[in-house]
Parts: sequence; C-alpha cells; structure tokens
Amino acid sequence: MSKTAIISAKDVNVFYGEKQALDKINLDIPENKVTSLIGPSGCGKSTFLRSINRMNDLVDICRVEGSITIKGQDIYAPEVDVVALRAKVGMVFQKPNPFPKSIYENVAYGPKIHGLAKSKTDMDEIVEWSLIKAGLWKEVKDRLDQPGTGLSGGQQQRLCIARTIAVKPQVVLMDEPCSALDPIATAIIEELIDELRSNFTIVIVTHSMQQAARVSQRTAFFHLGELVESGSTKTIFTSPEDERTQNYIMGRIG
Amino acid sequence: MATSESATIDLVHSQRKKGFELFVMGVLILCSLVAVAVTVGIVLSLLFEAFRFFERIPLTDFLFGTQWSPQTALRADQVAAEGAFGAVPLITGTLLISFIAMCVATPLGLMSAIYLSEYASKRSRNLIKPALEILAGIPTVVYGFFAALTVAPLLRAGGESVGLNVSSESALAAGLVMGMMIIPLISSLSDDVINAVPQALRDASLGMGATHSETIRKVVLPSAIPGIAGSLLLAASRAIGETMIVVMAAGLAANLTANPLEAVTTITAQIVALLTGDQEFDSAKTLSAFALGLVLFVTTLVLNVIALRIVRKYQEQYD
Repeated sequence: MSKTAIISAKDVNVFYGEKQALDKINLDIPENKVTSLIGPSGCGKSTFLRSINRMNDLVDICRVEGSITIKGQDIYAPEVDVVALRAKVGMVFQKPNPFPKSIYENVAYGPKIHGLAKSKTDMDEIVEWSLIKAGLWKEVKDRLDQPGTGLSGGQQQRLCIARTIAVKPQVVLMDEPCSALDPIATAIIEELIDELRSNFTIVIVTHSMQQAARVSQRTAFFHLGELVESGSTKTIFTSPEDERTQNYIMGRIG
Repeated sequence: MATSESATIDLVHSQRKKGFELFVMGVLILCSLVAVAVTVGIVLSLLFEAFRFFERIPLTDFLFGTQWSPQTALRADQVAAEGAFGAVPLITGTLLISFIAMCVATPLGLMSAIYLSEYASKRSRNLIKPALEILAGIPTVVYGFFAALTVAPLLRAGGESVGLNVSSESALAAGLVMGMMIIPLISSLSDDVINAVPQALRDASLGMGATHSETIRKVVLPSAIPGIAGSLLLAASRAIGETMIVVMAAGLAANLTANPLEAVTTITAQIVALLTGDQEFDSAKTLSAFALGLVLFVTTLVLNVIALRIVRKYQEQYD
C-alpha cells in the first residue's frame, strides 16, 4: 500500500444473493488522482464503485465481505454512519438526475441537509463555488431560479457534479457519467474531471477506453468479477501484463 | 420457394374475411356508442327536468336560499304550500361531511401510501395492499349501517360521558366512516404516484448523505405532490357523491350548521328522500331532485376533470 492511498480495498467479496459479483478485490486508490475502472459489462466495476459509498446497502440481497478503508477507517465497521460516509464520498450517476427543483435548490440540497451554511450569504457562496467548479456558473448565473430539469443533458450532468461537490466530499465516484451525453458535452465533462482532481479524489467507471486513457492517471481492469490488473494508466494501455487486459484494450473481448 | 414457382402472387383479399372484419368493427362501435348515448341521455334529462324545476323556483332562490323544506309541498290539499327550496343547507351539509371524511382519509391514506411504497418489506406489502383493497371492496351499504348502528351510538355515548350533546345521526359519524371508505382510494393512487418518482432521484439524494426520511420529505413527496393532489381531488369527488352512508347515518334534517355533532343532510341523501315512495312527477318537490342532481353532477365533473388533468400532466413529466 502506497502512502498516498486514500481508499484501500482488501479481499473484497460482494454477493447478490447466491451469486458472487466480486471475487477478492485488492485495490489501492491514490489521493487527488483520477482512477478509472474499466472492463466489459457485468464485470463488477460498478458494483465495486457502489460498495465504496455503500450504495449497495440499498439492495436487499447484497452482501459485502472483506474491508474497504477510507483514510484508514473501515467503512463497513458497525459504528460507521452511512449518512456521514456518503457526505464524504459523493456520487455522480450514469444518467443526469437533477431534482425537479430550481438550479439553486439542486446545489443547495446537500449543504442544507448537512447544515453546512450558517446564513443565506454562506449558502450563496457555496452554490457559486460549486457551480464555478463544475464549469456551469457562466451559463446559469442569471437563471438560478429556473428548474434544473430544463437544462441540456450535458449541463444537467454538470449540475449533478456541482450538487455532489457542494457538500465538499473527499472522494467523488462517477458511474459512467458521460454515457448519456453527446461528444461535445463529454469533452467538457472530461476536461472538468481533470480540473476537479486538484480538490477531490475521483473514481470513474467507464466503458470508453479512450476516456479512461484521457482522464485517468490510474486504471484498474475488471473481468468476470476479478480485478485482473491495475497500475498507471500509461502502463495498462501500453504494456499490460495480463493477456486478458491486452485483449480487452485491443477490442478483442468485451 | 412457392413464390418463385407461380408467376403472380395472390394479393386479392378474400371477401369473406373482409366482411367479418367489418362486422367485428361494427359490433365494437355499437357497444361503445351505447355508453356515450346513455351519458348524453342522462345529462339531457337532468338538464331538461332541472329546467322545468327552475321555471317554478328561481335559480337564485335555489342556489342561495337557506331554507330547505320540500316536504310541505307534498300535500296537494295544502294550496300555496309550495315548500322552500333553498339548497344552501344541503350544500354545506355535503361539504361538512366531505370535509370530515377528507380530514380522516388524507393523513391515513397518505401515510399508508408512503409506508407501502418506501418502507414496507415485500412481505408486509403483500399483506397490507390486499387488506386495503378489501376495504375498497366493501359495499357502501355495509359502511352505512356500520356508521348508523356502530359508530353513531358510540359517538353519542362517548359524547354523553363528557357532557356533549351528540345527536344520534351526526355529521361526525357519517364523515368518519366515509373517511374510512375513501382511504384505499387515496392510498392506492398515491402509492402509484410515489412509485412513479424515478429511483434515480432517490439515489441522488441518498448518495449525498440524506437520510431515508429526508429523501422522502424533500425529494420524493415534492416530486409526487401534483399526483397526490389529483388523488385527493378524486377522493373528495367520491365523498361528495357518496349516498348510502349519509342516507343511513347523517339524517334528513336540513340544518344549516358547522357543528359536526349535529345532524345534517346532504344533496344525495335528499335526492333519495325526495324520490322514494309514491311520486307526483309534476311537483316542484320531485323536480327539485333533478336540480340537486345537476348541482352534484357539475361539482363532481369539475373535480374529476381537474384531478385527471393534474395526474396526467404529472405522469408526462417523467415519461
């Protein structure tokens, strides 16, 4: 384990009922870097992502074994409050899912429930900071009171990113954040991800190997519930050790 | 292949098949026309007879009069005893009972809908949903005598023990039982609209570290509010049009009162009273039933149209 690892998974097994979705995953995720999880559909990369902020808890039949630590603290320990965990480990979903509220209310939602703002001015500052960080401020600053659902798909996804970072998490998990977007919106979000890395640790699941190569510094390749290989993105893409990784990257499996 | 052997393909349709298709279509059209024709007929007869009533009693006297005693017009030998046809006590009575019913059914129905859609495990859901559906399937006449023979005496005895004078037929008894009756309507419609709120919104809220109840209060319910409002309006319209319970439990005294412990009467109960027994179809008394029917019809129609429009608009939002 390197010293800069913020998240560390040890022998993680995940089951859905009888079916084992993840088999003995060991992975360190470094701080303030973008780590991408790649692999064919059903390989368990999304399952792994969702076990980092315990969104899997919402699935009744899901069971997690092994340990995942964030800054040394086991997130599956009985005394851990899921609510506090998710405030530290935020999530951006595949499909943009803004609340049917105004743009301002969308961003203010998290800070409000966690009581992060003492006054209206505080809240205004948080909202502005988040929207600037998400690269959306210029486009929406004159219509903050309008519904978030009225924005374009790419803008909605940036609004969701702003909403997530508004609670100042340490880790942001992204589950195929661009799969519902066109190439231009995708390019904007990819650029954004690169900028966000200075403030947050980012873990991104992606189906696009080009995207993994463009945005991430570390890459982990999953196949059939196993972590086949992980390392610096450059190494994984240029000289993978495992044949399966090579085949996937060359487009021969998946 | 068969087609390559014959030079032409047979494209002419069989006359017999075509005839049958036309016949089927004709039967279907006829069946749907029956319903339309009956509706039109009922509306026309309501309008026509109500118009005859308004030839005798001015519309303003009917809508704004506070005296309702049509029974005086019953005795033909009483010359000039036309009776009083002020519908205000009936309208307020209807509203009072419906209001009590909604006060009972809204919180109970809504809370059970939230429990069923957000908290209930599969097993308890499978237990409670059918129970609510049974509640919806009880004939209203059963609710009626439950109200008249069980709830009303209980209220009366309870009232007496604390020194309140509860009349044996009270708006409260009818309203409470009517509330029970419309709980399943509210809970099942609200359950549907709450379930229609996309899971993605719940995930987003939970993913930000909101608790389950925060997510319900701040995301799920606000998104479902239009649909819930629609279901409440439908329930209110059902309450206003309900007849059996009020006939049996609310009484026939046209009191103009806001006191739920007194007996009041409703539009529906009066229509029943006006038209049971031997009738003289020319008297103002009998005709007034049509005027009341028209008022009821217009009210529930307007409520239903608004409710359905709200529900539909809401459904489009997430399609």
